[in-house]
Amino acid sequence: MIANIGFGVLVITLVTSLIAVITAVYGVTSKTRAMLETSRLAALSTFPLLSISIAVLIVLLLSGNFEYVYVYQTTSLSMPVYLKIAALWGGQQGSLLFWCWLLSGFTFIVLIRKWKQDRDLLPWVIVVTNITIFFFTLLVLFFENPFLKYYIMYNGEIITSLFQPFHAIAADPTDGSGLNPLLRHFGMVVHPPMLYLGFVGFIIPFAYAIAALIEGRTDDHWLKATRKWSLTAWLFLSLGLVLGSRWAYDVLGWGGYWSWDPVEISAFMPWLTGTAYLHSMVMQDKRGLFKHWNIALIILTFCLVIFGTFLTRSGLFSSVHAFSESELGPAFFIFITVMFIASLGLLLYRWSSLSSGYQIKSFFSRESAFLYNNLLFIAIFAICLLGVIFPILSELFTGQQVTVGPQFYESAAGPLFALLLLLMGIVPLTAWSTSTARNLGKSIWKPALVSLTFPIAALILGAHRWVAVLAIWLAALVICVTLYDYIRSIRLRAASQHESIGKAFITLTSRNRRRYGGYIIHVGVALMGVGIIGIEFFQTQTQSMVKQGETLELSGYTVTYNNLEITDTPDGRNVAEAEMTITRDGRDLKVVYPRIDYYYDSDQAVTVPGLRTTLADDLYIILVDWEPVTSEGATFKVFRNPLMNWFWIGSIVAVLGTLLALWPSRERKSIQKEPA
Amino acid sequence: MKTNIKLLLLIAAFLMTLVSIRPVMAQDTTPAVSDDQVNEVAQDLYCPVCENTPLDVCPTKACTQWRELIREKIALGWSEQQIKQYFAEQYGGQVLAVPPRRGLNWIVYVLPPLVVLGAVFLAVNIVKRSRKPVKSQTEDSSLPSSAAPGTVLDQIEKDLQKEE
Repeated sequence: MIANIGFGVLVITLVTSLIAVITAVYGVTSKTRAMLETSRLAALSTFPLLSISIAVLIVLLLSGNFEYVYVYQTTSLSMPVYLKIAALWGGQQGSLLFWCWLLSGFTFIVLIRKWKQDRDLLPWVIVVTNITIFFFTLLVLFFENPFLKYYIMYNGEIITSLFQPFHAIAADPTDGSGLNPLLRHFGMVVHPPMLYLGFVGFIIPFAYAIAALIEGRTDDHWLKATRKWSLTAWLFLSLGLVLGSRWAYDVLGWGGYWSWDPVEISAFMPWLTGTAYLHSMVMQDKRGLFKHWNIALIILTFCLVIFGTFLTRSGLFSSVHAFSESELGPAFFIFITVMFIASLGLLLYRWSSLSSGYQIKSFFSRESAFLYNNLLFIAIFAICLLGVIFPILSELFTGQQVTVGPQFYESAAGPLFALLLLLMGIVPLTAWSTSTARNLGKSIWKPALVSLTFPIAALILGAHRWVAVLAIWLAALVICVTLYDYIRSIRLRAASQHESIGKAFITLTSRNRRRYGGYIIHVGVALMGVGIIGIEFFQTQTQSMVKQGETLELSGYTVTYNNLEITDTPDGRNVAEAEMTITRDGRDLKVVYPRIDYYYDSDQAVTVPGLRTTLADDLYIILVDWEPVTSEGATFKVFRNPLMNWFWIGSIVAVLGTLLALWPSRERKSIQKEPA
Repeated sequence: MKTNIKLLLLIAAFLMTLVSIRPVMAQDTTPAVSDDQVNEVAQDLYCPVCENTPLDVCPTKACTQWRELIREKIALGWSEQQIKQYFAEQYGGQVLAVPPRRGLNWIVYVLPPLVVLGAVFLAVNIVKRSRKPVKSQTEDSSLPSSAAPGTVLDQIEKDLQKEE
């Protein structure tokens, strides 16, 4: 019964979103106020409607109604409550509904906050967002319905159907098959929602850009109105990617955090174009530059968001991130194509009115640096896109299956990432408008000199690969230049205003949050770069079978295999857990417990590493196999991942920087307090 | 006499057994192939069954057997390249971490440098074209054109005023 409510509400949502689109278009073209109001109310109602549907599905998941296909496939009696809730986005059907619900929520917030301010643009924002909601609701209703039930036909065949067929009785399974064990991790609880929030968040600036194009509002309003939306979407997308990396590091047991899997890259591509967009936004905001480019970037980001969702669900790729094969591919393909062509057509139609009067004057100016930054991001994106679609093209045109693995991405995009670091190091000290290499050299030589101490230290400590030493210098350059500029600004402010250093620091940071938030993000990214350099260039590993009491040696560490215990747990796992002591120079450092969890309900195993983590390195131990019956001998794989922790620390710093940039200014607060 | 013949036959059989065992013992004395040697090759090969999973970390039974196959090939003295070639012939090109350099696969090797060249060309062109003087150009007086300390201070103050 309750599921019928969920389904019925979805049907109403489909109709409502269509009404919102039609009445918005009619309201604008006929200038009918009542129609526009109808459109607004219809668009607003999609959020509470979809919330009911989501609530119904959560109730079904929590109450263990295993006669429902989705509940059976994603939950089991032994799963804890938080994982049962997370199962909402753990399967194809639920995650599509969740995606759609988030978009309706974002649209709801925009309409509540901006209806009076942006009366001319918002009807078109409704059109764009509700076309997307309509499309996703259609998919949920007709392709991936989470409210289907199992029925047993008279001949014993088990079928799935929304309504009870003739001569069939409802199946009543006593337990479900449970969530994929790889997804039963805290990272899984937070990683997909963050990613979806990032994906969906970019639809709002896209909708505003399209609205501006349709209305001929080619000024900066759409960009300024959605600046915080864009930054928020970027924050969530970044968080989603980092949390996904952490989940992979903790659960997938390959010793790393990023494997250049096609589905990973499909989430990384909108991040690349979104990051390029955030930078070029600054240029339009400050100099009126890159107007065409910004709209092109947000169109591209939107299409990549849908493309990423499509890749995860099309069955084109097999991946730990991908959902099972489905019929969604053609529908997604048509939607992306139509949206891309329509958006591009609009951009071309308004092309001439988007021209900027301002020009770039020098190869060494800040404007040029932003241009290079954008081109680098787009070049990396193009390489990623090639790597993702080439296996499909190869199979399509030659019938041959090929793999495009990490080596391709690292060798093709690696140098471009290095150039991005170089730009990040230079940009804070570049001047606007006219500038020369000489000016730039004068500004940068002091921090650049200091930054050289890091690669020299690396050389002394034994790093001999020139690429690694260069990468260390670039990361150090970013940190040194950023801190130099920050400290110099504080000192100048303190001297000119006769303030203490502390007060000058607070004044500068709190009053120019965007600039200094950006600085902190750059430092965070450079620290993440340090972690990446550590694992990419200095990772060592060994694997061997050892008997109890025997040891493994790796990079100065000694790992002793003490024993192995195999137990059944109350939550339906068979856990094989080894005890290993890590020592160095005869000193015990830590006892770790690498294990393999075998899940009876889904017949799958998960490798959980034993981890000793410090700022210098991580020792990452995986139980590969063990001798049955006696458990006396077991095979272990040990990785030493130098500097890995800096990747996670850097991501936290970057998040803090983004939050600072997002923090509402006093000016904003005072505007909001003013009577309308 | 019969006993002697039996004894001779037994001794002969024993000697023959010893002779036949010798090659096996000789094999045992060859250095064993370590897991690290196997993984060195396996990390550049992909599981033919589980898409996008490198062979050295794939936990399936099939991959364990394939790793043992690599071990055997190394023991036989095969080079890394020969083993990769063998796997590609047996299970198809998708087991290689990067597409072999032939036919359509050249796109993967040619396109990235072209993308970079295109980006450089675009950057140079945009800046060069932009540097031509334009009368209508608007200057933002709030942004200094040099990074000297005086102008940096101006910049800081103007930024703060703007934010306020």
